[in-house]
Amino acid sequence: MPGFLLAYQSLLAFIGLNGLLALSVYCTLCCGQLSLANAGFMAIGAYTGALLTQNAHAPFPLALLAGALLPALVAVPLGLPVLRLRGVFLAIATIGFGEVVRLSFVNWSYTNGALGLVAIPRKTDLWMIWVALAAVMFGLARLRGSRAGYALEAIREDEAAARTMGIPSTQYKVAMFVLGAAIAGLAGVLEAHLTYMVSPGGYGFSRAVDMLVYAVVGGDTIFYGPVAGAAFLTVLPEALRGAGRALGLAPGPLRLFLNGAILLAVILFLPNGIVSLPRTLRALRLRRASRAALG
Amino acid sequence: MLLSVEDLERSFGGVRALDGAALQVKPGEVHGLIGPNGAGKTTLLNVVSGLFRPTRGRIVMGGERIDGMPPYRIAALGITRTYQNIRLFPGLSALENVMVGAHLVRRGDTFRRLFFLPSARADEARAREAAMRLLARVGLADRAHHLVSALSYGDQRRVEIARALASAPRLVLLDEPTAGMNAAEVQAVAAVIRQVASEGQSVVLVEHNVQLVMSVSDRITVLNFGKVIAHGEPRHVASHPEVIAAYLGSEA
Repeated sequence: MPGFLLAYQSLLAFIGLNGLLALSVYCTLCCGQLSLANAGFMAIGAYTGALLTQNAHAPFPLALLAGALLPALVAVPLGLPVLRLRGVFLAIATIGFGEVVRLSFVNWSYTNGALGLVAIPRKTDLWMIWVALAAVMFGLARLRGSRAGYALEAIREDEAAARTMGIPSTQYKVAMFVLGAAIAGLAGVLEAHLTYMVSPGGYGFSRAVDMLVYAVVGGDTIFYGPVAGAAFLTVLPEALRGAGRALGLAPGPLRLFLNGAILLAVILFLPNGIVSLPRTLRALRLRRASRAALG
Repeated sequence: MLLSVEDLERSFGGVRALDGAALQVKPGEVHGLIGPNGAGKTTLLNVVSGLFRPTRGRIVMGGERIDGMPPYRIAALGITRTYQNIRLFPGLSALENVMVGAHLVRRGDTFRRLFFLPSARADEARAREAAMRLLARVGLADRAHHLVSALSYGDQRRVEIARALASAPRLVLLDEPTAGMNAAEVQAVAAVIRQVASEGQSVVLVEHNVQLVMSVSDRITVLNFGKVIAHGEPRHVASHPEVIAAYLGSEA
């Protein structure tokens, strides 16, 4: 393996994992739904996969499959009622779901409660993460321009109007909720077999918000935006490690502070995320040029 | 009858926006729906297209009861519409808006697209061409790739008409399609409406431009306070004393 890959292997792995998680949130964001359930789905996937490989000695592909399918199955009965809720109510209901999942694992003695599972066999290789990410991105790229892709954009823009065009919006929203759950579960299995451990604390509210922030910072109107946001916010703390040390700041608080500041700046100045930066700059230059021309 | 609305009531709190309204639309006719402000015209369209449930009454479309059905099923039975307060998808181009309107006549292609099947590409090209033809029909071929939020008011209304026609509906509900248009644009829309009807599709036209309604409609229904006060041919309706009273506001 080349030296660069070796040195940055874990960083590259986390860029890929966070990219997958950001895309799992994008699945619901792209049809206008703000769901914070994906940390819970990730937990279900991670525990399912870890229990299968650790206790049942199941082959890893089977663990990956089960870890994606089980959250998807849970997402169907959950999505049908909660996706009738709008905006902030959907967010609250899905936060509630995430907490129920987390507390269930805290109180389940079979999975060691709050301590979680340790010494999970290492099965995840860097290439698996990136193949999974590439596959999900490919699928979402092909969705764009399809009949379903147009329907999702229409639902995001104006759901009631979309319904009068013959688009069964609930079906589409539930389908994307289920897809997001499967992607989050898959990322959960991959992460569990990379870091050797799962514990309920890793799948709390802040994890759900992290995924959302990746997607929003990167741009939630196009499929590569969330991946760009995840890469940016995963690399940033590493890049700033030296700067933090020079300023005498602990890396943890500095990271949180910067994430908050970046999120605020993006929401205020780049509502379509950092991937819209080139377009925004071009528009700005055009406006300046035309103003200069007018004197 | 293609569409038959009987004894329709819809109340909001204590206000009866529709109070026993009725409407009969034949295949291939332009049916004007007029009345003073607040007469219940838009509410009637909202109930027929499924956005509101009626509190009483029946709506039958092509022999099937549709009152209480969700909007997407009503659309699938062949009723589409435009909106008085324009409801396009602002982040999409004019062409993309019309492509969304074609949802019901496009085959599902997500899986075929994953494998780059030629049939999916052919379907997409066909949908795009059909949408372009519709935009050309309403006179917007040169603005197909503009974001609708950047279009003028009149252009946006014409995109809405194209979007409503994209699924080849049996009945189109047009809610004030010429509001904010100049005389030439109004004439162009009138021509489109006549052409749609001549191809066998029916149109319900809610319109404040009385001259336009009278010239373009085969029959007219007049609402006031949620009730039908007159219906029939334009000539008959125009001379109806109750209609004149409603419009002039006298106690005749």
